[in-house]
Amino acid sequence: MSDMATERDIRIANKPARIPLRFPAPRTWWLCFAVSLCLLILFFVAATVLLLEGIGVWGLNIPVNWGLAITNYIWFLGIGHAGTLISAMLLMLGAHWRNSLNRFAEAMTLCAVVCAGLYPILHLGRPWFFYWIAPYPNTMTISPQFKSPLSWDFFAVLTYLTVSILFWYIGIIPDLASVRDRARTRTAQVLYGLAALGWRGSAWHWARWRQAYRITAVIAVPLVVSVHSEVSLLLAAGPIPGWTSTVFPPYFVLGAAFSGFAVVLMIAIALRHMLGLADLVTARHLDLLARFLLATGLMTAYGYWVEVFDTLYGGDLQDVETLLDRVTGSYAYTYWSAVIFNFVPLQLLWFSRVRASPTILFLVALSVTIGMWFERYMLVVTSLYRDYLVSSWGSYAPSFWEWSLYAGMLGVFLTPFLLFVRFLPVISAFEVKEALRETGDLEHA
Amino acid sequence: MAQVFTASADTRLRAAVLLAFLLVFLAVLFVGGYADSSYGTLTGWVRDQPVPFSHEHHVAGLGIDCRYCHTSVETSARAGLPATHICMSCHSQIWTGAPMLEPVRLSLASNTPLAWNRVSRLPDYVYFNHSIHVARGVPCVTCHGRVDRMPLMSRAVPLQMQFCLDCHRDPGPNLRPAAELTRMDWSDWDRHPEAHKDYGALMVKTHGIDPAKLTQCNICHR
Repeated sequence: MSDMATERDIRIANKPARIPLRFPAPRTWWLCFAVSLCLLILFFVAATVLLLEGIGVWGLNIPVNWGLAITNYIWFLGIGHAGTLISAMLLMLGAHWRNSLNRFAEAMTLCAVVCAGLYPILHLGRPWFFYWIAPYPNTMTISPQFKSPLSWDFFAVLTYLTVSILFWYIGIIPDLASVRDRARTRTAQVLYGLAALGWRGSAWHWARWRQAYRITAVIAVPLVVSVHSEVSLLLAAGPIPGWTSTVFPPYFVLGAAFSGFAVVLMIAIALRHMLGLADLVTARHLDLLARFLLATGLMTAYGYWVEVFDTLYGGDLQDVETLLDRVTGSYAYTYWSAVIFNFVPLQLLWFSRVRASPTILFLVALSVTIGMWFERYMLVVTSLYRDYLVSSWGSYAPSFWEWSLYAGMLGVFLTPFLLFVRFLPVISAFEVKEALRETGDLEHA
Repeated sequence: MAQVFTASADTRLRAAVLLAFLLVFLAVLFVGGYADSSYGTLTGWVRDQPVPFSHEHHVAGLGIDCRYCHTSVETSARAGLPATHICMSCHSQIWTGAPMLEPVRLSLASNTPLAWNRVSRLPDYVYFNHSIHVARGVPCVTCHGRVDRMPLMSRAVPLQMQFCLDCHRDPGPNLRPAAELTRMDWSDWDRHPEAHKDYGALMVKTHGIDPAKLTQCNICHR
């Protein structure tokens, strides 16, 4: 117990539990929510058109039969990984500063995994039969092909979604009880109370909670590596030039963490501004996130370099051709956009003055998010549009409905996230308080 | 401030969660049972037809061969439903005034085919070819059942993928001599297994049937 924790600090630490009951920025929230609801409606329209008309409304064809859908699937799933890394890995490392970031980072993970999971399903020719990929006793007497990464994909995403939900929910229970205790209206008391599952904060509760939380964290961390490695194998398992480099699994995992940290940074800055949380998400947190972004960015850049080296060193004619297509072909703009958006503004983060400026940080993170999207698009399209035979060369341009679905999917991401921001404690108040007691300083909490 | 929850709230929440799990479990059981039920697969359910045509009467009673009406079964993907002219090859002579046959006469007079309702329907993503099955010796009764005992037509087997695969994985025992494929009653064949114990293997060899190929996806899904 430290006596350095002042009244003011404790009041600040309790703030996340007060926000759902007396929301500080209702007008901004409603504005954001209205936009995301419009996007959500667009999603339903685009998905309905897809279901009624079939996959032909998209610009996909042979040879480019993976387009925006798989690009976005990889992109969304990758973004989600940062939430798990921040929450679970830093929990196990005992980094107290994670407490101000983990809750909304995990919520972001959940929303991103849902978006990612929807894409492969919608991409099926007959999405209503998506459950055929699950091994269940069926009248067809066949089972999924376990040698195929497509089947691993089903398990990977489902496992990741389940563990992410569990981890997030276990983590939020004590704070839900805290909101319940502060709630004034009976409806709020009952709803938050039900969600808190009868949490009374007894020593038993805490002991069990700690066990459950840590065990789930231990399960979650390896999933980050395995899930995105599996995603890279979706590509690498096929005989497609440009997808066969052995660097793919680590390259994908690091790229995922990179894009995810960028999104966490953007959300942290936006929430901090909107909800007035500068005392909790401090300059030190932004600085640390920026350092992580820089580090994972440089590792991703190394992946780019190894991919090029690998191709030239291997010297396979088709691989070299694909590399040349990437840097000079019809989709060269995607390659160079990826390189520029990912790595050029990133270099600003070497300077501590830049890391102290939320506006610049936000712009750098936005640039990385766009850059990583271009990377996924580049990887999918440039390897496919020129097949082995010249007669099978083709091109790909996403159709109107593909873009609509993408815009709509942002609504699928934002709508639940904004509801979370409005109705649940966005920062883990009890963990911040715990860290405050142990370190006596909100900077470290 | 009054207590929000009573002392039994925890127990009631647990009971509700348990109940929810139970309901999900039962729903899954129900869906599984439905998918395999005769109601779900339409097995044994008579379909309404424009004319109450009796296979029992025409096949068992009169002894008309299947191919007299289903003319393209040996040469085409579809067995073919008879043109009204085929009905009329007899019914222009007998039962010419029967009220039951009014739609048939109307069809001939107006030159529009009778709209029969399909009994044995496969999904649109299944490529099924009658001619190859007939050519290799799969008798009609295997898939269509004892139509000679059906006064009104109904589906005899569920026609689910497992039914197709059971045979594709081990075709030998289901093959019969080509000359007798339209026979309905194979009880004597089944009674004397030793009389034809090598027949299936021999036919598989003769026709070059490879079960490994027969279970590849693109055999039926093209």
